[in-house]
Amino acid sequence: MSQPRELDVAAVTAAVKELCITANYDLPVDVYDALRSAAETEESPVGREVLAQLVENADIAAADRVPICQDTGFAVIFAEVGQDVHLTGGDFEEAVHEGVRQGYGDGYLRKSVAEEPGHARRNTKDNTPAIIHTTIVPGDQVCLTMMAKGGGAENMSSLNMLKPAQGWAGMVDAVVETVSRAGSNPCPPVIIGVGIGGTIEKVTLLAKKALLRDVGSTHPDPRIAAMEDELLEKINALGIGPQGLGGRTTALDVFIEEMPCHIASMPMAVNVQCHAQRHKTVTL
Amino acid sequence: MAAKKITTPLTDEVVKDLRAGDAVEITGVIYQARDSAHKRLVALIAAGEDLPFDLAGAVIYYMGPSPAKPGNVIGSAGPTTSGRMDAYAPLLMQHGLKGMVGKGLRTAEVKQAMRDETAVYFAATGGAGALLAKRIVGNEVIAYPELGAEAIARLEVVDFPAIVVMDCHGGDLYEEGRARYAREA
Repeated sequence: MSQPRELDVAAVTAAVKELCITANYDLPVDVYDALRSAAETEESPVGREVLAQLVENADIAAADRVPICQDTGFAVIFAEVGQDVHLTGGDFEEAVHEGVRQGYGDGYLRKSVAEEPGHARRNTKDNTPAIIHTTIVPGDQVCLTMMAKGGGAENMSSLNMLKPAQGWAGMVDAVVETVSRAGSNPCPPVIIGVGIGGTIEKVTLLAKKALLRDVGSTHPDPRIAAMEDELLEKINALGIGPQGLGGRTTALDVFIEEMPCHIASMPMAVNVQCHAQRHKTVTL
Repeated sequence: MAAKKITTPLTDEVVKDLRAGDAVEITGVIYQARDSAHKRLVALIAAGEDLPFDLAGAVIYYMGPSPAKPGNVIGSAGPTTSGRMDAYAPLLMQHGLKGMVGKGLRTAEVKQAMRDETAVYFAATGGAGALLAKRIVGNEVIAYPELGAEAIARLEVVDFPAIVVMDCHGGDLYEEGRARYAREA
């Protein structure tokens, strides 16, 4: 049996720090291209103006090395840890938190985390704790993805414990209703992550993971791809448009992740993401 | 779309002239305040105490910036979701507030207060914080520095771009714009 690969958690801290900063300064190219394309095709003049501002904003952020949006988000970290890696030099989760602490400090990112939310609501002042989702995978690498999740769009998300009899039609209604009710609040054009199946905690994680896909990408399962297309068309028929001021571009894309569920259940979660879809991945 | 140039503090005359859908460019002083600051302002009014700034004709910007890099006036500075301030906004309008800059939906109570008190609600582009920061030329925290990004700051803006979404006549661009572009799926 081969020896596990040793990896000092200091490398995890350094990587998370860099991810936090660059994810907040550099809009992913797929999102940037989608905004540019929408700025040309949007029918509403005010919608085109808004989309042009968003493209210019991304250019300024990248050039000046400043955050795309002042809400630099809750740091959500997806860690895929190879089972042949031996993490040394300290506590893995503390190493991730330290990376967030350094990234949000040195990167001039806003600290947006409140502790004791039910009463004191004190700012933790360093944007920790991070939300860490760790999975153990084959191999000897560690893959880290940082998502900066802003509050305005997250607040518009929904969890729907549907009845199996409601079927796909019930799910379509729930997704469209979530986006309709959100209106201008989540900074449209939005990106919609939909989780279907699993359990109450798993379905929300599926919806969040769905948001990591590239805008414009097609789901490998043609049935799910067709469901995504149907949802996108119905959402963009709502007329909400860029910033909710009216228009055709309410959502840039819809992504579905599905898994088996209990025979009695049909959980469905909708994670709403603003146009500033900031995420970045590195492999150690 | 030619923008209307307006300066703060706002008068009733200027507010009455603004209609949902108008593009504006705001120049003058506006006040940064969001959730915690509003809670404190309303408590001061309830206690009959002085406020950290004069509400007469004032414009409040619902915003909590990212920290300024050395040499910059302010960090990224786009609007936050206004609805969280709905519980506080009518009382502030009754005490002179004339303009609110934010993004997103307002309650019927806020819209009614805008009609009753002759006030206006502007939307700035959410998520354009790097771009909007360029129109902010002065930034001084005047109350509650311990709140960090939620402190109250006196901001000087020049040609700050916004759109009138709700006017003092009951106009609502969120409703009108959506109705104009909605269609059967």
